[in-house]
Amino acid sequence: MAPRRILAWALGVAAAAAALVLLVLPRGAWAAPAADSCTACHQNLDGPLGAPVAGMRDDVHARRGLTCASCHGGDPRRAGMDAHDRRAGFVGAPPPQQVPQFCASCHSRPDVMRRFNPKLPTDQLARYLTSVHGQKLRQGDTQVATCVSCHGVHPVRGLADAASPVFAPNVPRTCARCHADVARMKPYGIATTQFDEYKESVHGRALLERGNRQAPACNDCHDNHGAVPPGVTSVANVCAQCHSATRDLFVRSPHKEAFDVLGQGECTTCHGTHNIAFPTDEMIGGTEPAVCLRCHPAGSSGSAGASAIRAGLERLKGAIGEAEGLLGRAERAGMDVSESDLDINEARTQLIIARAATHAASLSAVTPPVQAGVAAAGRARAVGEAALAELAFRKRGLFVALAVIGFVALTLWLKLRELEARHRA
Amino acid sequence: MGALAWLEERTRYGGAEAYLRHKEVPRHRYAFTYYTGGITLFFFLIQVLTGLLLLMYYRPTADAAFESVRLITSKVRFGWLIRAIHIWSANLMILGVFLHLAATFFTKAYRRPREVTWLTGVGLLFITLTFGFTGYLLPWNTLAYFATQVGTEIAGDVPLIGHAVLVLLRGGEDVTEATLSRFFGIHVAILPALTTVLLGLHFLLVQIHGMSRPPGVARAGGEPFYPHFMLRDGLVWVLLLGGVAILATLVPWEVGEKADPLAPAPAGLKPEWYFLFMYQALRMLPPRVLWVEGEMLGVFAFVVAGAVLILVPFLDVWAARDRRHHLFTIAGVLAVLFVMAMTILGLRATF
Repeated sequence: MAPRRILAWALGVAAAAAALVLLVLPRGAWAAPAADSCTACHQNLDGPLGAPVAGMRDDVHARRGLTCASCHGGDPRRAGMDAHDRRAGFVGAPPPQQVPQFCASCHSRPDVMRRFNPKLPTDQLARYLTSVHGQKLRQGDTQVATCVSCHGVHPVRGLADAASPVFAPNVPRTCARCHADVARMKPYGIATTQFDEYKESVHGRALLERGNRQAPACNDCHDNHGAVPPGVTSVANVCAQCHSATRDLFVRSPHKEAFDVLGQGECTTCHGTHNIAFPTDEMIGGTEPAVCLRCHPAGSSGSAGASAIRAGLERLKGAIGEAEGLLGRAERAGMDVSESDLDINEARTQLIIARAATHAASLSAVTPPVQAGVAAAGRARAVGEAALAELAFRKRGLFVALAVIGFVALTLWLKLRELEARHRA
Repeated sequence: MGALAWLEERTRYGGAEAYLRHKEVPRHRYAFTYYTGGITLFFFLIQVLTGLLLLMYYRPTADAAFESVRLITSKVRFGWLIRAIHIWSANLMILGVFLHLAATFFTKAYRRPREVTWLTGVGLLFITLTFGFTGYLLPWNTLAYFATQVGTEIAGDVPLIGHAVLVLLRGGEDVTEATLSRFFGIHVAILPALTTVLLGLHFLLVQIHGMSRPPGVARAGGEPFYPHFMLRDGLVWVLLLGGVAILATLVPWEVGEKADPLAPAPAGLKPEWYFLFMYQALRMLPPRVLWVEGEMLGVFAFVVAGAVLILVPFLDVWAARDRRHHLFTIAGVLAVLFVMAMTILGLRATF
C-alpha cells in the first residue's frame, strides 16, 4: 500500500474516532472549564462569607443559570480580590435601603424576566414603594421588610418550593417573624396577636392544618409587595375576591348604607378580621350569641327580623335532620333509599343558599330557599317513610311465611313418624 | 278411565314409583351425610327459579347492569326478595357443595364402582365455583369490579397458559363491558347447560349405584327411598327454606356503588369467602421461591391440588378394595384444616 494511502486511512480513522468521542461525551464536557473565582474563594471561607456558596445550590436564580456575578457584578474570571473590580460592576452585598432597587434591576424589567419566567409580574418594586414597608424604608427606616426579609437570600427559593418562606402555607409564619415580635413592633404601635388569631381562624386552620392552598394567607388580603392594612373602605373588596356571592347580597342589603354611615367594615363587623371563625347559624338571631344584638338590641324590630331569619334556617335544618334520620334508619335496615339522594342533596344545597341569603338581611331573601329546601327534604322524608313501611310489611310477610313453613314441616314430621312406626311394625 | 290410569297408560310412571319404593337407603351412624347432596340440590333449584326471575329485569351492559339491579331491589315487586334469596342461596349452595364433597370424601363414597359419580361431582364443584365467580360481577358494583380484576389476575398466573386464560376470561386485557357480557353468557347459558348434563349424569349414577355405605361401618338396617327418605329430605328442604327466608328478609345484600373503572381500588378488597383460602395462601407466599415467582408457584400448587382431587378414586387404591387407609383421611383432614385456617386468616386480615 502506498504511504499516501496509509496516511489518508490514518487521518480518516482519526477523524471518525474524534467525531465519536465528541458524540459520546456529555454536552459541555469538551468546553473549557468556566472560570468562577467567586465560588473558588468563598467556598473556603467560614461564616457569612462562605454560607452563600452552599445556599446557592437551592437558589432559583442559580438553577436558571445565573451566577454570583449576575447580581453582585465583578469579574469572576480574575483570581482573588481582583475579581471585586468596581470597574467591572462589583457591588458586593447591598445595604437594606438599596435591596429593592438591587433586585428590581432585573425584576422590574419585562425584557429580562421574559427570558427566565415570562409569567412573573414586573411591578413588584412599584407596588413595594406604595406599601407601608416601602414608604418606611424611603423614610430611612432600615428595620422594615425588604425583598430578602420575606424571600430569603442564598438561597432565594421558588414560590412552589415547599421550603420557601413565601410558599403559601409558610407565608403566615414568615410575616409573623416580625409581626408577632412585640419588641420589634413596639415602635410602630402595631398589635402582635394577628398570627395567633389567624392560626385559630377558619382560614388559618384550612391553610396551616389541612394544607388547603385555596385558603387565604396574609398576602391574599393585605397584598404581598404592596402590603398595607386594607382599611374599612376596601376590606369588603378584599373578602369579595373569594366570597363574591355574599358580597353581592350584602351590597343590596340595608346594612350596606348603614355600615357606610357608621364607618364600619362591611364583613369584619360581624365576622372579625384575623380571627374569622367558622360561621354558624347561632351568629344570627335575637338571642345570644347572635352578632345582630351588637346593633339591634333584643326586642327591637331588627332583632325580630333576625329571629325570623334564624327560625327559617332552623326549620330547614330540622326538616333535613328528620329526613336524614328516617333515611338512615331505613338504610341501616338494608333498605335501598338511593332515590332520595337527589332530594336530600337539593335540600342541603338550599340550606347553603339560605345561609348565604342572610347577608341580604331580609326575610324575603331567605324564605324562598328555605321553602324549596323544606319541600325537597319532605320528598326525601317520604322515601324514608315508604322504606320503613315496606320494611314492616316484609317482617309481617316473613312471619306469615315462617308460620306456613312451620306448619308444613310439622305435617311432614308427623307423617314421617307415622311411616316409621308402620315400617318398624 | 281415571286420571291416574290415563297418565299411567301414557307415561308408565308406575315403573319409576315401583323402582323408588324398592330402592333402599342404608342406615348407619354416618347416614346423616346422605342429606348433603339433597341440600345442595335444593339450593340449586332455588338458584334456577330465582335466576330466571332476575333474568327478566337484569341488563348485562356496563351502562345498565347496576341500574337494573337497583331497579330490581327498589321498584320490582318482591324483586328485593328474589335477589336476596338468589345471593343467600348461592352462598349456601357453595357451602352445601363443600359439605357434600367432604361427606363423600371422608365416607370414601368415591370408591369402585362410583368413580364416575365422583368425577361428575368434582365437575359440578368447579362449575358451582365458576357460577359464584361469574355471578359476583353481574351487579357491576365497585367491589364486584375490583374483585373480578384481582380474580382474573390470579387466573393469569397459571403457568404457560395464564395470559391466554386472562384474556379469554376478560374478553381483552382489562375488565370491561366485554367481560360483563362474557360472564353473563357463561353464568346464564354455558354453566346451566353443563350443569344439566353433569347433574343428570350424577343423578343417574346415584340411582344406578344407590347410596354408598362407608367401608367397615356396620349396617343398622335400611329404609325405603320413597317415601321415607324423600319425606325426610323434604323436611330438611322446608326448614332450609325458612332459614333462607329469614336471612333474605333480615340481612339483605346491598347493591353498593356503581363500578368506576377509573377510580382507585377500594381498601379492604377481599374475594368472596369461598375463594378467600386461595387468596390468603397466595398472599402469604414470598415474592420469589428459588427462581420462580411465589404467586405463580402457588397457583401451580392449586392447579395440582385440583388435579389430585379429580383423581382421588384412582389414587386411593385401598378404598377400591373396601379397606380404610389413614393416608387419605389424614390428607383430607389436613386439607380441611388448611382451608379453614386460611379462610379465618383471610377474614381477619386487612388487605
